Amino acid sequence: MIDDTIAAISTAVGEAGISIIRISGSDAIKIVSGIFKSKRNIDLKTVRSHTVHYGFICDSESNEVYDEVLVNVMKSPHTYTKEDIVEINCHGGYVPAKRILELVLKNGARLAEPGEFTKRAFINGRIDMSQAEAVIDIIRSKTALSNKYAVMQLSGSVKDKINEIKKDLVALIAHIFALMDFPDEDVEIFNDGELIDGIKNAIKKIDELLDSSEKGRIIREGLNTAIIGKPNVGKSSLLNALLNENRAIVTDIPGTTRDIIEEYLNIKGIPIKLIDTAGIRDTDELVEKIGVERSMEAINKADLIIFVFDNSRPLEKEDYEILSIIDDKNVLYVLNKIDLPSMIDLNEIRRISNEKYISLSSVTKEGFDVLENTVYSMVMENGLSNNEFLLTNMRHKDALLKAKENLMSCLNTIESGLTEDFVSIDLNAAIDNLGLITGETANEDLINEIFERFCVGK
Amino acid sequence: MIYDAGSYDVAVIGLGHAGCEAALATARLGLKTVAFAINLDSIALMPCNPAIGGPAKTNLVREIDALGGQMAINTDETLIQERTLNTSKGPAVRALRAQSDKKRYQFNMKYTLEKQENLDIKQAEVVDIEVENGEVKSVITKNGARYMCKSCIVTTGTYLRGRIIIGDVSYSGGPNGLFPANELSKCLERLNIKLMRFKTGTPARVDKKSINFDAMEIQPGDEKIKPFSYLHDEINVEQIPCWLTYTNSKTHEVIMRNIDRSPLYSGEIKGVGPRYCPSIEDKVVKFPDKPRHQLFIEPEGRNTNEMYVQGMSSSMPEDVQIEFLRTIKGLENVKVMRPGYAIEYDCIDPTQLKQSLELKTISGLFFAGQVNGTSGYEEAAAQGLMAGINAAMKLLNREPFILDRSEAYIGVLIDDLVTKGTNEPYRMLTSRAEYRLILRQDNADFRLTEKGRQIGLVDDERYERFLKKKIQYEEEMERLKNAMIVPSDFVNEYLKSKGSSPIVTGITMYDLLKRPEIDYISSKLIDKDRPEDIRDDVAEQIDINIKYEGYIKKQLEQVEKFKALENKKIPSWINYDDIKGISIEAKQKLKSIMPTSVGQASRISGVSPADISVILIYLQSRR
Repeated sequence: MIDDTIAAISTAVGEAGISIIRISGSDAIKIVSGIFKSKRNIDLKTVRSHTVHYGFICDSESNEVYDEVLVNVMKSPHTYTKEDIVEINCHGGYVPAKRILELVLKNGARLAEPGEFTKRAFINGRIDMSQAEAVIDIIRSKTALSNKYAVMQLSGSVKDKINEIKKDLVALIAHIFALMDFPDEDVEIFNDGELIDGIKNAIKKIDELLDSSEKGRIIREGLNTAIIGKPNVGKSSLLNALLNENRAIVTDIPGTTRDIIEEYLNIKGIPIKLIDTAGIRDTDELVEKIGVERSMEAINKADLIIFVFDNSRPLEKEDYEILSIIDDKNVLYVLNKIDLPSMIDLNEIRRISNEKYISLSSVTKEGFDVLENTVYSMVMENGLSNNEFLLTNMRHKDALLKAKENLMSCLNTIESGLTEDFVSIDLNAAIDNLGLITGETANEDLINEIFERFCVGK
Repeated sequence: MIYDAGSYDVAVIGLGHAGCEAALATARLGLKTVAFAINLDSIALMPCNPAIGGPAKTNLVREIDALGGQMAINTDETLIQERTLNTSKGPAVRALRAQSDKKRYQFNMKYTLEKQENLDIKQAEVVDIEVENGEVKSVITKNGARYMCKSCIVTTGTYLRGRIIIGDVSYSGGPNGLFPANELSKCLERLNIKLMRFKTGTPARVDKKSINFDAMEIQPGDEKIKPFSYLHDEINVEQIPCWLTYTNSKTHEVIMRNIDRSPLYSGEIKGVGPRYCPSIEDKVVKFPDKPRHQLFIEPEGRNTNEMYVQGMSSSMPEDVQIEFLRTIKGLENVKVMRPGYAIEYDCIDPTQLKQSLELKTISGLFFAGQVNGTSGYEEAAAQGLMAGINAAMKLLNREPFILDRSEAYIGVLIDDLVTKGTNEPYRMLTSRAEYRLILRQDNADFRLTEKGRQIGLVDDERYERFLKKKIQYEEEMERLKNAMIVPSDFVNEYLKSKGSSPIVTGITMYDLLKRPEIDYISSKLIDKDRPEDIRDDVAEQIDINIKYEGYIKKQLEQVEKFKALENKKIPSWINYDDIKGISIEAKQKLKSIMPTSVGQASRISGVSPADISVILIYLQSRR
C-alpha cells in the first residue's frame, strides 16, 4: 500500500506555462530514468539529490519523443513525502502532461489516490501530529467524492464487460485448481488450446475496453457535441442560452478536465465540449458559410449531434441534406422557436426523429430541462449507442493495462511449456486487477466456482 | 462429589489429530500435561477416509514435521500404500498421499503419547472448564475429577453434541459408534462462546470377501515410497492396492427414487456441510448430466477385511445404501459392515480466536481442530501443534508463535479462520495459498526447521540432518554457478539426447539447468566435478530453484509487498471508537476480529482501503 510508487499531475488543471508530473516512491527514480533521455546521457539513477536535468521524455518501446522537459530528482528522506520524488516539468496544457503520466504509469507507477502524497508525507512522519485529523478528513471527503465519481464513471456496460472477462478467467482458474486440488478425480483436462484461447479471448476483450477508453474521454474530457442545422434555425441562441445557464466550472475532481481550445459547458455534471465553437458562435460567419460540407466536419468529430429545426419555417432541402449525412450518429432532434407560430410539418418531424424530438424555445427557455435531462440520460444511463463501452477512469485503465500484462505473462508461461499451475499465478493477478475496478475480490468466487462446476470431493 | 485429581500446566480435551499434536508439543516443551479422550482406544481415530495427504494437505503434514510435530512420522510408520500426485504438474502442487493402516496409526500414536515424558493420558469426558477472573483454572470430568490447569486446549472434533443421522434414523452419538460429548457445549455457551452447527459425513465400510475385484481397476502404490517426514530416508513395506470402480445409471436411479428419504433433502439435517465433501446423493442431484462418478475401494488396514468406499459418502437409510452399492460393478454381492452416516456437531466461530488460537476473551483457553470449523485430519493436526506451542509459549512467558500467509500453509489456514471465519467445514486447498510456489511441500524443512528449533521442538537429530542437507544444497548451488561446461562432441551428444540444442560457447552448469529439458541428476554425465554424495532431495531442490527461478522471484516480490503491511502492527490498546472516519460496518468488524496488523485488518470483509488509510494515519499520530 505505501511501498509502491505513485504518480499524478500535480499542477492545477487549466492553461499554464508548465505542468508538473510528480512521482513518489522507491521506484520513482528508476521509472523516470527509463523514459528520460538527455543529450549528455545522464543516468538519473546516479545523479545527486535535489538536482535539475534537461532532456526529453521518450517511450522506450516506440522511441517516440513525448516532450522536452526538466526533471527534478529529490532523494529520500529530504522530500515532501520523505520518499524518493521525481518531478517532471513539461509543457503546459493538459495533453502533454496526461500522456507523460500515462507513460509513467505504464512503466510501473500507480496513479495516486486523492490526497495520497499528503497522506504519505503524514505516514512517513513529515507532517506534524496536529494535522492528523485534517488529513483524515481530506482523505475521507476526497475518497467519497472520487468513489462517487468512479462509480458514476463506471457505466453499467463497462462493469458488465469487466465482470464478463473476470467470470471467464475465474472459470479458467477454477478449472486449473479443480485439476490441481483433486488430481484423483475425473475432472476433465483442458482441451487442446482451451486455456490459450480463453486467455487470448480475455486479452481481446480487454483491448476492446482499452480502445474504448479513448471514447471514454467523453466523461473525462467532455462530450464532443455539435449543434447543427441550416442557417437561422437558432443554433447560436440555443448555444448562448445553454452557456448562460451552464457555464463550465473547472473542478479539481480527478478525471475531469477541459481542453482550453474548446468551449465547455456542464450539464448535470457531464462536461460538454462544443466542437468548433468559434465557428458556431460567430453567427454572422455561420449564416454565410455553414453548409453541408462544413457540417460534415463537425459531425465526424462529434459524439453527439444536436440537430436543430426551426418551428417557424417549413422544412427545406437543406434540412434533408444534413439529415442524409447523419444517419448513423447519435442525434438529438430539437425543434427550436416554439414560442413562434408553427409553420413546420410536425408529422414529418415525428417521422424523422422516430417520435423522439425535443421542443424548446431559446427565448422562453421552455423545454431546456427536457434537453438537459435527455443529454444526461443518453450519456449516463444508456451510454451512447455507438460507444458501447465507456472506460473513463484513468485508474480503471491502469488496472486493465496491468491485467492485460498479467495475461500476456500467462501466454508466455504456456508457450515456454510450463504447467497450468504456473499459469495460475499470473491468472490470479489478472483477476485481482480486474477486481480492483469492480471492487470485488475473487477468492471466494473462485472457490464457489470450483465446487459449482466440478463434481469433486469425496 | 468433586475430587481433586491433581494439578497440571496444560489440559488437552480430546485426543484426535489436533489433541495428540497439542499434548505432545506442550509435554515436549517441558510442561506437565494431562490429556483426555472419551475412549482411549479412539486416540488418533480416522473416522473417515484411511488416507493422509493430498494436495495442500501434504504441505501441512510436512510443515508439522519440520516444526517437530508427530503426524508425518506416524504416517510413515503405519502406511500401507503411497502415491505421488500431480507428478505431471509443477512443484507447487505436487503432493503425496498415503493409505494408512487405521488401527496401527491409532495405536502407534497412542503408544507415542504413553511413552512421552510429562504427559498423562486419561479416559474421561470433560464436562466443565472452570474460569476465574477471565483465566482458565481447571477442568472437571463427568466422574467428578477436578484437574487444576493453567492452560486448556479444546480439541473436541465432532464430539460436541454429536448427532448421527442415517436416513430417517437419528440418535445422539460421536463418530464411529463412540459416545458424544453432550455437556461441554453448555459450558462453552456459559462462557459466552459463540457456537455453530456443522455437518459432515462418511461412506459405508464393506467386507472385502464380498467384493469382486476382477471387475475393478487396480490402483497400486508407487514403486518407491517417498517419506512424509524429513527424518526418514526411505520406507520399505509391502503395499496394498486400492481399486477403482464407478457408479452408473442404475445407482443414480436408486438414489433418485429414494431421494425423499434422504435427510439432506427432507430437512432433517440442519448443520452446514462441506461442499468439497459431497454425499453421493448430493452429487447425483447437483450433476444430473454426469453419467458416472468414480469410486475408490480402499483398505482400512493390513489386518482387516473392512474396505472404505471412497466417493460414496451418504446419509441415506441403510437399506437404500445397500441397494445402491449393489448396483456397482464389483459390488453386486457386497456386504456392508458399517453403514455410511452423517454427523452434526457443535463447533465454535473461529473469529473469536487470536492468531495464537487462544480465545480472545479467556486467558489460557485455546481451541484447535475440527471444533474450529475445519475438516480433515491434517488441518486438525496443524492447529493442534500451533495451539500446543502457543499454550506453552504463554506459560513460558515467551512471544506467541505466529506463522503468516507467506511462511506456511499453516499460516494461511489459521489466518483464514481467525480473520474471515468460515461458514462451512474449512478444507485446505492450494488455491487458498497466494504464495503457493514458495510454500511447497518439498521445502517445508527449509522454511520451518529453524523456527521449530527456536521453539524447542526440533531435536538434535532433526536439526543436524537439516543442517547437513542445507549446507550440501548451498555448496552445490554455489559450485554449479561456477562449473563451466565447454562445448564438445560428448556434451552436445548428451544435450541432443535430451532434446536440447547444442552449445557453441562455454556455459555454466547453473545456466544449463535452466533449460526445462535438462535435469540435475542426468546431467552428472557432463558435470565432471560433481560430488558423489548429493542427496535426492537436495537434487530436487536444485532443479526446482534453478528452473523456476523467475517465478519464485516474482512470488518473493509479492511476499515483500504483503510483509510491509503485516509488519505494521496494531497495538492492542487501539480504540476504534476514537477514530473518526471509519465506516460503522468496518468499526464493528475491527472491534470483533481485533486484527494485530494492518495487513490482517485489510483482509477483513467490510474493511475498505479508505478505512485502512485512516487506521494508518491514526497509528502514526499516536506514535
